[in-house]
Amino acid sequence: MDHWRKLVIVVSLLLLLPSGLVIAAPASSPGETSQKIPTLFNPKVKTLKNGLEVVVIEDHRAPVVTQMVWYKIGAADEQPRKSGIAHFLEHLMFKGTKKLKPGEFSAIVAKNGGQDNAFTSQDYTAFFQDVSADKLPLFMSMEADRMENLQLTDKTVGPELQVVLEERSMRTDNNPGARFSEQFNAAQYLAHPYGTPVIGWRQEIEKLTTQDAIDWYKKYYAPNNAILVVAGDVKAEDVFAMAEKYFGPIPSKSIPERVRVQEPPQLAKRIVEMSDKRVRQPSWRQSYLAPSARDKDQEYGRALEVLGEVLGGGVTSRLYRGLVVDDKIATSAGAYYHSDSYDKSTFVVYGSPTPGHTLDDVEKAVHKIIDDIIANGVTKKELARAKKQMLAAAVYARDSVHGAANIFGGGLAVGETIGDIVNWPKHISEVTAADVQAAAKKIFDERQSVVGRLTPEPAKS
Amino acid sequence: MTYSSRSLLSVLGFLFISLVSLPVHAADIQEVTSSGGIKAWLVEEHSIPIVSLNVAWRAGSSFDPKGKGGLAHFAASTMDEGSADLDSKAFQEKLSDLAIQLGFDVGKDSFSGSLKTLSENTNEAFQLFGNAITQPRFDKEPVERIRGQILNSLNQRLSNPNSLAGRGWFRLAFGDQAYSRPSNGTIKTIAAVTHDDLVNFAKTRLGKDNMVIGVVGDITAKDLSALLDKTFGGLPEKADLPTMPPQYLLDEAAVKIIPQDIPQSIVTFGGQGVTRDDPDYYAAYVLNYILGGGGFESRLTDEIREKRGLVYSIYSYLYPMDEIGLQMGGFGTSNASVKEALDLTRGVIAKIRDEGVTDEELEGAKTYLNGSFPLSLSSNDSIANILVAMQRSHLPIGYLDQRASLINAVTKDDIKRVAQRLLDPEKLIVVVVGKPVDLKPVGAGAEKS
Repeated sequence: MDHWRKLVIVVSLLLLLPSGLVIAAPASSPGETSQKIPTLFNPKVKTLKNGLEVVVIEDHRAPVVTQMVWYKIGAADEQPRKSGIAHFLEHLMFKGTKKLKPGEFSAIVAKNGGQDNAFTSQDYTAFFQDVSADKLPLFMSMEADRMENLQLTDKTVGPELQVVLEERSMRTDNNPGARFSEQFNAAQYLAHPYGTPVIGWRQEIEKLTTQDAIDWYKKYYAPNNAILVVAGDVKAEDVFAMAEKYFGPIPSKSIPERVRVQEPPQLAKRIVEMSDKRVRQPSWRQSYLAPSARDKDQEYGRALEVLGEVLGGGVTSRLYRGLVVDDKIATSAGAYYHSDSYDKSTFVVYGSPTPGHTLDDVEKAVHKIIDDIIANGVTKKELARAKKQMLAAAVYARDSVHGAANIFGGGLAVGETIGDIVNWPKHISEVTAADVQAAAKKIFDERQSVVGRLTPEPAKS
Repeated sequence: MTYSSRSLLSVLGFLFISLVSLPVHAADIQEVTSSGGIKAWLVEEHSIPIVSLNVAWRAGSSFDPKGKGGLAHFAASTMDEGSADLDSKAFQEKLSDLAIQLGFDVGKDSFSGSLKTLSENTNEAFQLFGNAITQPRFDKEPVERIRGQILNSLNQRLSNPNSLAGRGWFRLAFGDQAYSRPSNGTIKTIAAVTHDDLVNFAKTRLGKDNMVIGVVGDITAKDLSALLDKTFGGLPEKADLPTMPPQYLLDEAAVKIIPQDIPQSIVTFGGQGVTRDDPDYYAAYVLNYILGGGGFESRLTDEIREKRGLVYSIYSYLYPMDEIGLQMGGFGTSNASVKEALDLTRGVIAKIRDEGVTDEELEGAKTYLNGSFPLSLSSNDSIANILVAMQRSHLPIGYLDQRASLINAVTKDDIKRVAQRLLDPEKLIVVVVGKPVDLKPVGAGAEKS
């Protein structure tokens, strides 16, 4: 019960960096060979005349609903010198419309027993409300309202800029690990805007203006650049009719083509090192440029997801078992693949040494395991376990209405199709050991990688 | 400007009728008692093939022996590292192969376990859970590995401003009483925990008499009943817990500064709150929502974030523990504005004490707290948590249907009375981590480091 929470979950306008793809899917039968992998979440989809894509996932367990509006515009679409504007506008979307005064949006949500928030990534900006299902028409009318009627003035924008600067202090500047990640990420991308942090560089956030925000809003906030996702205790036909009523009258706009600076060939491995007196444990990581959700070679991407699970999925994974349990070189070790991005993503391996071991020891041990997989592939047992875990995660995901909406909104916003998403379990189940080995051979290209070493400040003698 | 919003809302005005329909009603909760006398609360949900089990024992870190602080947390971290005939690797492989999620956690008052499984593996999952609690091995390899990880994490906390603020606050507020001790222990106390301590913990602290169980998902009462005996039957009838002395909160204002070279200071503040069984609990609950519990809609957020942009996040929350209740809060702000933000916080508190809350605020709080409640009953996981929390707080099985009227009964006078009882800005206990400008330490405890 909410009032028994021991620690409050700080409700805030959160900033979302792309995280690993988790896609919900149906139960797989336990049988090995005659395994039936149904598609799941069974979404219903419709596109309105003005271009708004509407996705409905019905779940009638509880009389609640999640509404999300995803705009296909994120930090990586910002112009030079304007970093942070996508995220700043996310905050400003709560500052009133022709009908609602500043802050009233969230006030109405709260008065109706709802919870609302928003988040921004490199590729999208999204807004949501979790509410009792009978309130959907109200909140849909309000989302439609702020899609075209946002009103911004210096009076409301000014304090919010200070809020965002405090947000940057909290998330990044106060935390040496986060500051290091920012530098590390900047080194991964030689030219592509993914090298710029979603929240923006401080000196650029400070200079953002009301006019910058208005320009951004007018350019990109339109039905044909958005996805409406509704999950929960609703009927798809009712949602389509409701969407037609509230969003239907909003005219589409001419949205600039999503053209971003692309990476030149990466020919030189980079090493990024930082020492900070507030770092108390050294850590090592290496990230490799990896295919995006839109990559034509989708099988390669799915094989990489399985490779990520074999290498870094929990305590039975190769890296944890090898470095932490067996060889006692590291206190933590793992791997992950960010598969959900519009442009080139990363595959990351990491570890933190035990006392008496060095970052070099960790690096060597990680590469020994990588080399082994490249040479000998993964075992049948490892493959089966990884798939089982991934398909089970897909079943567990069905416990969350909010999660379901997230999966479809996030997937579609980075360029996946509904088919990619609903067939994810099937695609994962089709990955073979040979696919995983081939993916490992391809992904670990040192020239396209960055090594990161974060260490405590050396003791002064 | 309010009229403009009403024009939108008038069309949809009917929606404001507070029509709260709960996904889970009291009637959906079954009390299952096994033939061996073990009780659990169950909500059946067969539409998805998942079973969730949550268990809590009144055996939290506050019961840790002196000098061995963090023992319960250490045990929680090693109980899933091998049991009965399975060593750590074999145990974890079995969990992985069946995609079973099993883990333990600890708070100041309770030790808890959770299990999630595909329903096709329910029997194996319950067996693994039962073995973990009744026959944990605590083999040397995993114990030393986990000790290393805990020490690593404790070391990292020494430069983490949020952790420093939280630990510093309890140290300042409770001196050397049990509640002052950090749940995860300290580098010194974790180094002192032995294999025998862990074995002894499992044998003596987890009993049938201090345990509550909640189960949700694709399982019938009959099947659960049989599993309860198999899973929990091996526990001792009675836990052997040390007596918990009453805990006293520092009864005067204090401001402690923990220096850290960071651009944003982290501030934790708090004072007297209510326990869960306090007659004023619901008034305090509504009051906290209005003060700083309601996300964007609270007096603190409005005054300090929305009007002035001094913080990204400011919040308050009730922290009802078994022995004492606290009213807590916190924020982060640039070093230059700590004093201003703290003064504003005290001002918001003083105003609510002097003037109470408005009719509109009270109504808004009630509609939110009742209207949002179904959201916390919308997943199996959260329902399982609630079943355990209800039992831990000795609430009746029919509570879900009573909750709304308990909240609706709160009056403005109740709130004012509770505000005067709880929120004394003259006794606020504050810890600041950072380099706050022009802020002076206050109180004897604040001078000690």
